[in-house]
Amino acid sequence: MSSPFLPPCETRATGPSRRQFLAGTAGIGLVAGLPVGSVSATTMMLEEAIRGVVGEAALHQGRVTLDVPPLVENGNAVPLTVTVDSPMSEADHVKAIHVFNEKNPQPYVIGVVLGPRAGKASISTRMKLADAQRVVGIAEMSDGSFWSGEAHVIVTIAACVEDLN
Amino acid sequence: MATLINVPAKVKRGEVIEIKTLISHPMESGYRVGTNGKVIPRDIIRRFVCTYNGEEIFHAELSPAIAANPFIAFFTVATETGSIEFKWTGDNGFAASERASITVE
Repeated sequence: MSSPFLPPCETRATGPSRRQFLAGTAGIGLVAGLPVGSVSATTMMLEEAIRGVVGEAALHQGRVTLDVPPLVENGNAVPLTVTVDSPMSEADHVKAIHVFNEKNPQPYVIGVVLGPRAGKASISTRMKLADAQRVVGIAEMSDGSFWSGEAHVIVTIAACVEDLN
Repeated sequence: MATLINVPAKVKRGEVIEIKTLISHPMESGYRVGTNGKVIPRDIIRRFVCTYNGEEIFHAELSPAIAANPFIAFFTVATETGSIEFKWTGDNGFAASERASITVE
C-alpha cells in the first residue's frame, strides 16, 4: 500500500524522475558549453599576438592610454579611444597602433597605421567584447621602440558568442 | 551603403582636425550560431583607407572584434584645400567609398 509520506517520484510510473531530468539537462548544458569555451582566446594567445607585432624588441610600459568605460552593459559596442603620448613630428612620431583583447575568440581588435601628418596620435572606434577582460594597446614609434598600455573592462552582456534564438 | 562622414568644412592651415567616419555594415563575426544551428559565415570590413588629395594619411585593419556599423575617428593636419577620400573593403567583395571636401584658409 502506498504511503502518503513516500516521495512522489517513487509512485509515478511514467515520465522521467526529477533526478533523471536534472542529469539529462546537465549533460545538454555541458555539450552546449563546449564550443563556446573552445573559441575563447587565452592570455597565451594574447601574448603570442603581441609577440607577432613586437617581435624580439623590448615592450615598454607607458605612453599609451586606453580610454574605455570600466563597466559596460552591452559588449556588442564598447567605445574605445587609444591615445599615445607623442609630439608627432618627423623625427618622433607614432607609426602604428595595435589593440588586442584577452578573451574574444580572436586576440586582434584593430591595427592602424599613422604618420607625422596625423598631428595627434589618437584613434577611436567601437569594439565587441565577449567577456570581462583586459584590453591592451601597443604603439610602434618611429625610433622602433614599442610602448603599451592596458585597461580592464567588466562586461555584463557579452558579444560574439550569443545565439540568435 | 550608407556612410556618415564628419570633416570640418573650413579650417585654418596647419590645424589638427578630427575626422569621424561611420558606415552601415553588419560586421558578422563568424562565431555566432543561427536559429538553424549552423555558424553564420564571417562577413566583415577588413580594411579602411583614408587619402587626402591622393596621399594616404591613415589606414586601419579591422577584425571581427569591431562592432557592427564600424565607427572610426582619427586626426590629421589640414594642409591644403582639396578632397578627402575614404575607402572600405571587406569580405564577399565588399567595397564602398566616400568623399568629403575641405577648405583650408
